Amino acid sequence: MGLKFIRAELHVHTVLSPCAEIEMLPPLIVQEAVERDIQLIAITDHNATGNIAAVQKAAQGLPLTVLPGMELQTREEVHNLCLFETLAAAAAFQEWVNRHLPDQPNRPDYFGEQLLVDENGDFLSTEPRLLLTSADVSIDDACAKVHEMGGVFIPAHVNRTANGLLPTLGFVPEGICLEGLEISKHLKPDEARRQFPQIAGYHLIQSGDVHRLDDFLGVNQFEIGAPTLAEIKLAFNGQAGRAHRILSRTI
Amino acid sequence: MNLETIIKDLDLTVLTEPQDFSKITPSSGYASDLLSCVMAGAAKHSIWVTLQAHGNIIAVAALLDLSAIIVTEGALPDPTTLVKANEEGITILATPKPTFDVVGRLWEMGLRAG
Repeated sequence: MGLKFIRAELHVHTVLSPCAEIEMLPPLIVQEAVERDIQLIAITDHNATGNIAAVQKAAQGLPLTVLPGMELQTREEVHNLCLFETLAAAAAFQEWVNRHLPDQPNRPDYFGEQLLVDENGDFLSTEPRLLLTSADVSIDDACAKVHEMGGVFIPAHVNRTANGLLPTLGFVPEGICLEGLEISKHLKPDEARRQFPQIAGYHLIQSGDVHRLDDFLGVNQFEIGAPTLAEIKLAFNGQAGRAHRILSRTI
Repeated sequence: MNLETIIKDLDLTVLTEPQDFSKITPSSGYASDLLSCVMAGAAKHSIWVTLQAHGNIIAVAALLDLSAIIVTEGALPDPTTLVKANEEGITILATPKPTFDVVGRLWEMGLRAG
């Protein structure tokens, strides 16, 4: 398989996340990614997967692959990117998460609306349950579950005080087998390694944690055969000639 | 004030192997659920009140040589965490009460911040 360079943004919210801007609609998300020459995105709403299929449909016919994902908040209040190869795997994971989410209604006036939409961005329904909360599962169990479903587990914005792994739990738990750690857009990878010596040895990705169209970064460069999760795993492990690096930004 | 009095007074459940708690005298108290704050802020030999039950609490307690951890709100460390706590000689105490109550009671008993 010939390898190609693919730019990716692996942390993108839609209007299903109460904190996302109303512009985070499937057609606008895919248009923005394509305009920025990003060929791969992962949709990662808070504890939810309901808008992924709509974004995948909106991307049909465009040079953009949309991976299913979720930004899971575990019991420790840590946010984690959970990426899957298929919608079916994401749906199965959602079912498991649902069993551990508290049955607490959303307060749209306080947290924001949680909207399910179609591929045109048209309103379908509202998610009534509060998504901005912790599922009652440990980060260790969540990681194991994601792997059981063939997924990839990457703690999100690990440097961030709010819901980041390093401030919350101090360091990466012993015995947890992660594909990598995500750093926030404001931090350069070498700065992150200086500030947090405890992340030495972990593979880093960087994302815009896209809550508005302006947040797209696309600095993850993969050298892979195809935009699939299987290829991404090879790249994170540096296997079969596959590679992943964080591009330095010129602006 | 020793740990035995605290355990009795606050009706705490001892989750780790029993020791002679009358010989352990916490120097001060500290409360936070952010482990990075604990590592930076808790004094040596203090007693730490938290609702964080993740296994990383053991390493933090060992690092700071804490007298004990009181895990609040009914949060329960998993069995591997307790095994590790016993290996490290860390005492973990549990209570269904919220952190606010526990800290208030410790203050009444005369414990202060480090």
